[in-house]
Amino acid sequence: MVKTPIYMDNHATTPLDPRVLEAMMPYLTQAFGNAASRSHSFGWTAEEASELARDRVAALVGGSGKEIVWTSGATESINLALKGIAEFYKDKGNHIITAKTEHKAVLDTCKRLERSGCEVTYLDVDQTGRLDPEAVRAAITDKTILVSVMVANNEIGTIHPIKEIGAITKEKGVFFHVDAAQAAGKIPLDVNEMHIDLASLSAHKVYGPKGVGALWVRRRPRVRLTGLIDGGGHERGMRSGTINVPGVVGFGVAAELAMKEMAEEDARVRGLRDRLQAAITKDLDMVFLNGHPEHRLAGNLNLSFAYVEGEGMMMALKDVAVSSGSACTSASLEPSHVLRACGVEEELAHTSIRFGLGRFTTQEEVDHVAKLVVEKVQRLRDMSPLYEMAKEGIDLKSIEWTGH
Amino acid sequence: MAYSDKLIDHYENPRNVGTLDKDDPNVGTGLVGAPACGDVMRLQLRINDDGVIEEAKFKTFGCGSAIASSSLVTEWVKGKKVDEAAKITNSVIAEELSLPPVKIHCSVLAEDAIKAAIADYKQKKEDPKAAPQPAAAVAK
Repeated sequence: MVKTPIYMDNHATTPLDPRVLEAMMPYLTQAFGNAASRSHSFGWTAEEASELARDRVAALVGGSGKEIVWTSGATESINLALKGIAEFYKDKGNHIITAKTEHKAVLDTCKRLERSGCEVTYLDVDQTGRLDPEAVRAAITDKTILVSVMVANNEIGTIHPIKEIGAITKEKGVFFHVDAAQAAGKIPLDVNEMHIDLASLSAHKVYGPKGVGALWVRRRPRVRLTGLIDGGGHERGMRSGTINVPGVVGFGVAAELAMKEMAEEDARVRGLRDRLQAAITKDLDMVFLNGHPEHRLAGNLNLSFAYVEGEGMMMALKDVAVSSGSACTSASLEPSHVLRACGVEEELAHTSIRFGLGRFTTQEEVDHVAKLVVEKVQRLRDMSPLYEMAKEGIDLKSIEWTGH
Repeated sequence: MAYSDKLIDHYENPRNVGTLDKDDPNVGTGLVGAPACGDVMRLQLRINDDGVIEEAKFKTFGCGSAIASSSLVTEWVKGKKVDEAAKITNSVIAEELSLPPVKIHCSVLAEDAIKAAIADYKQKKEDPKAAPQPAAAVAK
């Protein structure tokens, strides 16, 4: 019997790897020093641990540890990158380019920057959620200072053509920031090969602790930022505040494990994901894949189950932790902006379920979830007036619905 | 979000799921909501010549609260006179199921479904020759 509840929401967060916790423990207990204390061994021990962690975290993107700015997470990193660049380079320009499918950390930061005089272009994506690099080129003006693109999407897992976009930003002399929260540690990244200038990273998406992140900021040629948090001038003035030593140690070990086990884990998780998809689509009709069939994260499976509303579905899968792009899961009552940007009709956006597989997902869990999904979708379709009408051949689009 | 036991019971063991013959002159059909909004309810009532609701069936596309609200009203309207059933308001449905504020619209939809089903029935009785069509949702 499979143990429940089953966690299949690894895009939201990942469990702490026990090896990471073990590495953190000394820094939560006897090695409690402040990394900024220069006058005693407590401080030196903490600083040494933090410096080693910088190298390990920078390796996620092929950068140098000297280029790491510790933060509280990817949201802060993104805020620092976007607001910091916009402020420091305001005399150079005020135009930022991003995509409609970005995380709210980028979109809401851009909205705020728009209120303070920036102009932001939100690029469309194709049906699989991918940006066309040529669309980035076409959007660049002489006022453009920054292009910000996520490496992989948190909802549909789609991986953007980062290297191609980076080549364009380099050619045009525009800074390139990537939100690598979902991708780092899952797929190989190289800031030099991809011409990335800034990269936002998060520990808890790679089996590290919550509350820790990093912004990788290129040193050669130097990228400058105006810090958001003033204080002791930590992190080369870009982010004041005492370093979360146990947190960054955990992030460092999590990064090292992710790099070391990447190839093996990718193959294993991808195999499980494909197994889940095959088992679900074998027994159910009218199931649609959201995102790109190939260019997507190994652990991501985002499916729309036509005529079955997402939240109702999640309630049926009560022992399985997944998430939905349905409106009902949010206060806004708007379905997922990512699915809408991919041109998924609202009807289908409401029926989407995101399965996020990860390091600790087992084949037994996958088989159990597949069986449960098939059973529950069939049950809910038997209760769905839309499914009945569709089966009778009624075109649902011919009906004048009384929307609210 | 924690749901009430009553809501979960109606969701897990929905009462009166099914379909009645929409062409039966004694059956009123109410189809409310919209797929694009994430919820659609279809409530069907079989009403005898004394104006008593003898049978109620539903099918709902929607979240757990929408399914539970429709299941609940099928229980409530059965055995009631049409005029009494028409008096069921969303607030009593919301109260019975302890719906959280973001789910109040599900109870509004259930109230609308009752009204729409009764309206459809009345229309059929007044004009039996009119093509049967689900009230509220009209073919373009």
